[in-house]
Amino acid sequence: MTSAKPPDKAPVTPPSATRGGGRVRENLLGLLFVLPGLVGLGVFVIFPLVQAVYLSMMGSDILGNPTRFVGFQHFAELFTPEFGNILLHTLIFTLIVVVGGVVLPMSLAVPLSQKLPGMRVFRTLFTLPFAYSASAAGVVWLLMLDPSMSPVNWLLRLLGVVAPHWTTDSGWALVTVSGVTMWMVSGFNLLVLAAGLAGIDEEVLEAARIDGATGIRQFVSVVLPMISPSLFFVIVTTTLTALQSLGQPQVMTDGGPNGDTSTLVYSIYNQAFHNNNSNYGLASAQGLVLLLVGVLLAVVQFGVIERRVHYR
Amino acid sequence: MSRVTRPGKVTTTATYVWLTVAALVLLFPVLLTILGGFLPAPALVKQPPGLLDGHYTLENYLAAWQQKVVPLLPAFGNSLFVGLAIMLGHVVTSALAAYALVFVRSPLRTPVFWLFMATIMVPYESIVVPNALFVRSLGIGDNRLALVLPFLANGFGVFLMRQAFRQFPAELRQAAQIDGCGHLRFLFTILLPGCRPAITALAVWSFLQGWNMYFWPLIISSSNNSLNTLQTAVFALRSNESSQPGLLLAGITITLIPTLLLVVFGQRWLVRGFTAGAVK
Repeated sequence: MTSAKPPDKAPVTPPSATRGGGRVRENLLGLLFVLPGLVGLGVFVIFPLVQAVYLSMMGSDILGNPTRFVGFQHFAELFTPEFGNILLHTLIFTLIVVVGGVVLPMSLAVPLSQKLPGMRVFRTLFTLPFAYSASAAGVVWLLMLDPSMSPVNWLLRLLGVVAPHWTTDSGWALVTVSGVTMWMVSGFNLLVLAAGLAGIDEEVLEAARIDGATGIRQFVSVVLPMISPSLFFVIVTTTLTALQSLGQPQVMTDGGPNGDTSTLVYSIYNQAFHNNNSNYGLASAQGLVLLLVGVLLAVVQFGVIERRVHYR
Repeated sequence: MSRVTRPGKVTTTATYVWLTVAALVLLFPVLLTILGGFLPAPALVKQPPGLLDGHYTLENYLAAWQQKVVPLLPAFGNSLFVGLAIMLGHVVTSALAAYALVFVRSPLRTPVFWLFMATIMVPYESIVVPNALFVRSLGIGDNRLALVLPFLANGFGVFLMRQAFRQFPAELRQAAQIDGCGHLRFLFTILLPGCRPAITALAVWSFLQGWNMYFWPLIISSSNNSLNTLQTAVFALRSNESSQPGLLLAGITITLIPTLLLVVFGQRWLVRGFTAGAVK
C-alpha cells in the first residue's frame, strides 16, 4: 500500500554547508545520495511504464514475445461488455471497501476514544486483521464461510436466516470478497483514526459542549472536521489498496463465478500470468487503464474532498 | 463521545456491549486461525467449530512442517529474506534521498522530489508485466533476488523520511555546522539518531509490506517452487490440502507470527510515524 500526498509548500531549509569544495562537492554529494533511490525507481517504475505503453501496442506470439505492432487494437478490445463488467466490479469493490473500511473502524474508534478502562486492549485487538496478508485472509475467510464449519452460517441459522453460497452465488461473490477486504483494511484504518481522535484538543470539545453541541451534533460539526486529515489519509490509502487487491479475488473465487469477481487487477493477472495465458499486450493495456483509474480517483479525492480537510 | 468528563453509566454500558459484540465478530477469524491450528479435524470441522474443546494437539503443525507438497521451511526463509531486504532497501534509499532533498541546496531539488512523488501514483500492478519480463530476461528468475529487486526503493518512504528530516530542529543543524560537522557526520551521528521514531515507523511498515506481498511472489514462484514465500505457500497449500483445514490454519499461523508481533508491539511506532509524517 502506498499513499499519494502532495508536499508541503515552500521547503524550509537550514543553510547548508558551503565550506571546502563548496558548491560542486555539495551537488555531487546530493547526486550520490538520490542516486540509489532514483535508479531503483527509474529502472522498476518509470522505465517499465514506458515499456507498458510499448507492450500495449504490440501483438505477441504464443510465448508472449512481442512480435508485431498492432497500434490501438488492445485498447479497442477494451470497449466490450466484458471489460465494462470488469470496470464495474472494480468500482463496486472499491466503493464497498472504502465506505465500509472507513465507517466500521470509525464506529469503533469513537467509543474507544473515551476514558474508560480496557480501551487500549480493545484497540490493540481491533488492529489484528492488519497482520493478515491477502492470501492468509482469503484462506481463513474461505474456512469461515465453508458450509461444513462456517460459524457465520451457524449464527445466521440461529437467527433463522438461510446462508447463501458466499463465494459461488453470483449475487454474493463480489460482496463477500469486498467484505473480506474491508475486514483486512479496518485494522490499519482504526489505528490512524484513533490517533486522529486522540489528537483532538479537549478544550475544543469542552467549548463545543458549553455551546450546546453534544452527541451526533458534536461529532459532525466538531470532531469530524478536526480529524479530517486522518479521515482523508484513510480514504486515499484505502482506495489505492482496494484498487490494487489481487489476493482476495484470486484466492477466494479465482475471479468467478462466471467472472463476477474479476476486477481490473485480477484481469491483469489473468491475462498475463494465469494458466500461462501470456497475453502481455492486453494485460499491459489494462494496466494503463488501472493507472488512469487510480489517477482519476486521486484527482477527484484531492480536488473535491481535500478542500474540506482542515490541516492544523 | 466526550473524553473530558467520564461518560455516564448508560453510555459506558453501551460502549462495552458494542465493543464486545464487534470484537467477537471481527476477531473470530483470528481466534479460528490461532486455535484452529491446534485442533484435531473432528473438533474443527463441525458447525460451529469447537474452538474451546480443549483437546489441543500439535499434529497440524507437525503435518504442516512435514508435508512434502509445499515445503514451509524454505518459504519461511524466503519471506524473511523478502521482508528484511525490502525493509533495508527502503530505509537506506529513502533516508539518503530525503537527506539530499532537504539539506543539499540545488535547483534540481524540486523536480527530483516531484519525480519521487509521481512514482507513488503508479500502481505496481500497472507495470507488473514489463517488470516480470525484465526480471526474467536478467536470468535471475531462479534467485531470491528476483523476489525483491523491483521493490528496494519506494517513493512513499522518501516522502516519510523527508517529512521527518524537515521537522528536525534547524538550530541543531546550524550548531552542528558551526562545530564544523560535515554532511556525512551530521547525517549519521545527529540526524538519523534524532529521527529514530520515523525510521522505525518506515522499517515496520516496509517489513509488513514485504512480508505480506502477494502478486509479485506469485508470478516469480510460478516457474520455480523453491521461490515460494509463505504467502504463496499458503495459497498452494489451500489448492493441494484443502481437505485439511487444521493444517491450513497451522500454516497461516506460522505466516502470522512476525506480523502479529509487529502489529501488537510496533503499532505505537506506526501511529507516531504516520501521524507525524503523513497526516499532519
